[in-house]
Amino acid sequence: MEIRSPAFKENARAALDDPQLRHALEHVKSGFIVKRAMAAEALPEFEKLRDSSKAIKDETLANLDKYLEAYETKVTESGGHVHWAESAADARDIILKICQSVGARTVTKGKSMISEEIELNDFLEGNGVQPVETDLGEYIIQLRGEHPSHIIAPAVHLARSQVEADFRRVHTHLPVDRDLTEPVTLLSEARKVLRAKYFQADVGITGANFLVAETGTSVIVTNEGNGDLTQILPKVHIVLASIEKIVPTLSDLSQVLRVLARSATGQDMSVYTTLSTGPRRAGDPDGPEQYHVVLLDNGRSSMIGTEFQEMLRCIRCGACMNHCPVYHAVGGHTYGWVYPGPMGSVLTPSLIGVDKAGHLPNASTFCGRCEAVCPVRIPLPKMMRHWREREFSRRLNPATQRYGLKAWAFFARRPRLYRLATSIGIPVLSLFGGRGRFKSLPLAGGWTRHRDMPAPEGRTFMQEWKQREAQKQGARI
Amino acid sequence: MNQQTPQSRRVGLFVTCLVDLFRPSIGFASVKLLEDAGYTVDVPMAQTCCGQPAYNSGDREDTIAIARKTIETFEDYDYIVAPSGSCAGMLKKHYPALFKDGDWAERAKAFSAKVYELTSFLTDVAGVDHVDVVHPGSVTYHDSCSGLRELGIREQPRKLLRSVGGLEIKEMPESDVCCGFGGTFCVKYPDISNRIVEDKTDSIRQSGAKTLLAGDLGCLMNMAGKLQRQGSDVEVRHVAEVLAGMCDTPAIGRRKD
Amino acid sequence: MSGREAILNRLRVALREGKDDATREQAVQARIAAAPRGVVPMRGRLPDDDRVTLFCAMAQKVSATVERVGSSANVPGAVAAYLRQRNLPARVRMGADARLGAMPWNTEPSLEIDSGRAQDEDLAGVSHAIAGIAETGTVVLHSGQDNPTTVNFLPEHHLVVVRAKDIVGDLETVFDQVRQTFGKGHMPRTLNFITGPSRSADIEQTLLLGAHGPRALHVIVVDGD
Repeated sequence: MEIRSPAFKENARAALDDPQLRHALEHVKSGFIVKRAMAAEALPEFEKLRDSSKAIKDETLANLDKYLEAYETKVTESGGHVHWAESAADARDIILKICQSVGARTVTKGKSMISEEIELNDFLEGNGVQPVETDLGEYIIQLRGEHPSHIIAPAVHLARSQVEADFRRVHTHLPVDRDLTEPVTLLSEARKVLRAKYFQADVGITGANFLVAETGTSVIVTNEGNGDLTQILPKVHIVLASIEKIVPTLSDLSQVLRVLARSATGQDMSVYTTLSTGPRRAGDPDGPEQYHVVLLDNGRSSMIGTEFQEMLRCIRCGACMNHCPVYHAVGGHTYGWVYPGPMGSVLTPSLIGVDKAGHLPNASTFCGRCEAVCPVRIPLPKMMRHWREREFSRRLNPATQRYGLKAWAFFARRPRLYRLATSIGIPVLSLFGGRGRFKSLPLAGGWTRHRDMPAPEGRTFMQEWKQREAQKQGARI
Repeated sequence: MNQQTPQSRRVGLFVTCLVDLFRPSIGFASVKLLEDAGYTVDVPMAQTCCGQPAYNSGDREDTIAIARKTIETFEDYDYIVAPSGSCAGMLKKHYPALFKDGDWAERAKAFSAKVYELTSFLTDVAGVDHVDVVHPGSVTYHDSCSGLRELGIREQPRKLLRSVGGLEIKEMPESDVCCGFGGTFCVKYPDISNRIVEDKTDSIRQSGAKTLLAGDLGCLMNMAGKLQRQGSDVEVRHVAEVLAGMCDTPAIGRRKD
Repeated sequence: MSGREAILNRLRVALREGKDDATREQAVQARIAAAPRGVVPMRGRLPDDDRVTLFCAMAQKVSATVERVGSSANVPGAVAAYLRQRNLPARVRMGADARLGAMPWNTEPSLEIDSGRAQDEDLAGVSHAIAGIAETGTVVLHSGQDNPTTVNFLPEHHLVVVRAKDIVGDLETVFDQVRQTFGKGHMPRTLNFITGPSRSADIEQTLLLGAHGPRALHVIVVDGD
């Protein structure tokens, strides 16, 4: 997808001016947060499970090459095929070749953010294969020619009336007088339309929440059941997963599953957790005849051994964005690429370059709520700061910012000069702030555009303190 | 164990640059609270700023230089106390991470172990459980992010506030959500910061309290500025001013009429 | 160089620091072989009766309906009654599962049973679970010759039979059983963990049942046998 991250500020402005979006984002704020808190509260072992999940992902990443090889061996043993894709283009080509090998015309898809990352849909369409998204939210987004604004709730930015308009525009074969005013009628219609697609599809593509090295198993977690119908009805099941999705064993899977749904939607367990291993077995009445796994790198292996390695623990629950005040204000599309919110602010610069995604790690107040809820305890603010450090050392941030900062630091490093400058400047500033605050202030337009600036009380604390101490001394003599 | 009397324990007050420049009253209130708790308070003149503006802008070199200066200035005190969760968090949690190993890493570690935010120092170290002051009226308390999430400060200021005569705490919804200040964030992304602080002032109004308190001047200036732009008559003060009974100065952003 | 080698090489170089390849390989194989258990919630560690009660409560909490019958002989009657109460045709899709096959379906002569994989128009499907999980109210089913996975997803109503004695406390216990049944490192093609009926909250975060899978999940717990 087109990278719109450099226009983050403009995107944000447009988002802030959109009252419908503001209304939609209220759902994120109220729903997800309370549900997660209740689920975490109800399980006494939740914090320990977070530690355990973090440790599992750390162990996996520290030996990722070995676990990937072990995983591959088991997939092959069970009759599946593993394909390794270094880049998005490699992954697209591999998938297209598989589709072409079975003469596929229609492909159903379970929700996969990786598929957004490699821009699979446009590519397949351009090559004569029709992709159909089956997750309700993702289906709506596809009809609109949009991209997800949230990694687990792709259509969270939309109102039901917008969905109704899209369904009427696209589902022209259905009676015009049908009722589409309620979510329930919209869901029924989507169910009916997509049922037909599942049976039409020659290939089903799903993502994977986890890959288990012990057994060569791919795991998907959904609430709708779309991921299951996508993989059990067509002849071919393709799993598209990035390399860091590995967990060592089924025991480890138990741990991460317990934190995933609770962190994401506040469920103890998502409705469908499905473990798939190889193609259908001899005598099986259903299931795919071919099973392929496409392992995508696309820049991830270069994060190993760097200060960004911990980002690869991410299990894509969305809790960080659900709790982010910046995400609440601007929504997911503002971030301008596939991954929004705090996890995107760390991951996106790794995948598309900090020169393009520089705003993302900067547009954070470092309030720390993301880290506080991350099920695998990724220090997101710390990593955003690492990106700022890289930007600073590469001189990528605006010159005015750099010079301002350097001038300030010059004084902050020299206490005597600092004292002198502030003891002159502050009383003067205070003098002008006659009403106790400023409505506008030169060089502080960013502040005073939206709020008043409290004026200094008078002299600095240090001036007053020195005087108090001198008086004390005098009194003693 | 600690055989010394508090009087022989010396606290170095890290004033914070914002308090130094904008609101000395908070500094004096902090001194009073610490002295009332029986400590000897000193304010070393060689302090400037904790370095967060540089640190959060990716300027590691200047951050380290500032951190060294601060450590040198304060490392001989028994305790280093700051009337700010954000600056105390920087000194306590982030300084040690700036130095990989060697002499400075050791010094930073020893230094950070002695750093506290003011209200948590009073309750958790000094064992203060009440203050003998009166402040009639209702207050609401905003939990500033660094204090809350880096230092675990939530109950401490409330515990002390509950001992203030005539004071009623009216909690706002989502008191733990960021106010949108974020240091340089509020000037780099003013429109987003504005939306966040608008939501915050909504919450403050919903509390129905007459006074807004918090433990960080940056957040307070942000919220006070917004409240005043909106024409609100909610008074904004640092929690130390109320606890020290030093509310004779006009509230933040106000002048004596 | 193939993509595979390129990716693995990059990882190897980045990870080599500290430990050599052979040591890491050994450690990884040992960990996979040992499959150590992590944190298992106390919630499911209960005496048998309480565990079944918790399972039922948890399943109901996620909008499944639950009924308990005294013996497997009661299952056909329970299935027929379920359909009658909801005005559904007396017809179910069912695999050739031996446990289901052993039940006295002839006691419900009006009930039509379609065997084999499910079809789009099927209204009700009956499956037998290998286990129930008390900590979450989950039923566990696997694919196989006699257990079409489509029965779990295509019908509007999914009826799942689970024996009370197969209801375990936690996920780990199920995985141990799967390892025993299929051999360590081996799995059935599909292992389904189902926790309530299908749902979606994708439109304005309004939670609705029956997205793509069954609109209703009915769990029949068999206490006897």
